[in-house]
Amino acid sequence: MKNLTIPEEEYMLPGHTACLGCGATLAMRYALKALGKNTIITIPACCWAVIPGVYPSRALEVPLLYTAFEVTGAAVSGIREALSAKGIEDVNVVGFAGDGGTADIGIQSLSGAVERGEDIFYIMYDNEAYMNTGIQRSSSTPKGAWTTTTQVGKIRDWKKEKKKNMVEIMAAHGIPYTATASIAFPEDFIKKLEKGKKIKGPKFYQVFSTCPTGWLVSPNKSVEVARLAVESKIFPLYEVENGVYNITYMPKKEVKVKDYFALQGRFRHLTEDEIREIQNDVDEAWRILVEKEKWSKSLMKVQ
Amino acid sequence: MNDFPTPIATVPSTGNKTGGWRTFRPVILYDKCIRCMICWKFCPEPAIKIVSAEKYTAKNAAIGKLDAPEIDYDYCKGCGICANECPVKCIEMVFEEKLEE
Repeated sequence: MKNLTIPEEEYMLPGHTACLGCGATLAMRYALKALGKNTIITIPACCWAVIPGVYPSRALEVPLLYTAFEVTGAAVSGIREALSAKGIEDVNVVGFAGDGGTADIGIQSLSGAVERGEDIFYIMYDNEAYMNTGIQRSSSTPKGAWTTTTQVGKIRDWKKEKKKNMVEIMAAHGIPYTATASIAFPEDFIKKLEKGKKIKGPKFYQVFSTCPTGWLVSPNKSVEVARLAVESKIFPLYEVENGVYNITYMPKKEVKVKDYFALQGRFRHLTEDEIREIQNDVDEAWRILVEKEKWSKSLMKVQ
Repeated sequence: MNDFPTPIATVPSTGNKTGGWRTFRPVILYDKCIRCMICWKFCPEPAIKIVSAEKYTAKNAAIGKLDAPEIDYDYCKGCGICANECPVKCIEMVFEEKLEE
């Protein structure tokens, strides 16, 4: 008898070269558990491009295509069209890219693929910086964070800009389904992918994936940090289905942003006032999200 | 064109025994384990296998009916997520050099 809450099948092999406690590998492991064997993954330059190891090593039991940084959206569109031309429809075509390859460099081809309504999955594993190349800031790096291009030394040059909201950008495309997910909530992530399998058209997921190396977090706290991000409402779990917002996890405990920051070296330079300012931003964003859920649901009833 | 074939990676990464990266070794204390498989769920390798219930002694008869987790030390990098997430704290992180002695 087995006591499991997620599917037992594994499509990711051990022996890969990810860092200790890597969140991106957990994101891939859960995604493949939900999507199954009939899946083709496409990866641009990102951490996952090095995780399988050097050629001819592979770490997945499904086909994986490497592309250039900016073309994940175009590549998955091409694979989808090629399969359709051959009459193959039961394959999940997945773009799996980091936050840099999605929110910065790959956004034009992703936007194009979503606008064309391609029947694809796009999973952005969000480790909040260009981790593979040495922790440079991306547009998905949160406000307050240290990175190697927003350094904190004599000059306190930590990131002053807010994190880009990719799910909102996708929702503005009128995408059939988009959601956030977290490596600390695999059941929720898998449920959202199962839902996506039944929807024709583009599906976009933003998966919060801890990077112990870049966030200066102890590897054993990797999942705990991701859980605190959700509990502190800095990274809420929600989905947008045809414009209707639905918060899929209501934080139970009162966790402050400060508690989430405390485990990470990248925020340790922040003063009490600066943390309070970020807490206000988070509270405001959460309030707006709760309102959006209420409004979008009542709007749908009117129609 | 055959002089420049498309490179296709075919060798499984399982040949790369990442266990050598480890500084701390997670050790499951089976007499405390409730076999909830949370360690298995959060292993990023994955280096925790599901083995038959009878392989290890269990805390009690009910738990003994459940399949057990087993750590594959060939691949475990020793990140310690399993020990941190374990709800009954039955995974100990032991310094590898101590085990050598």
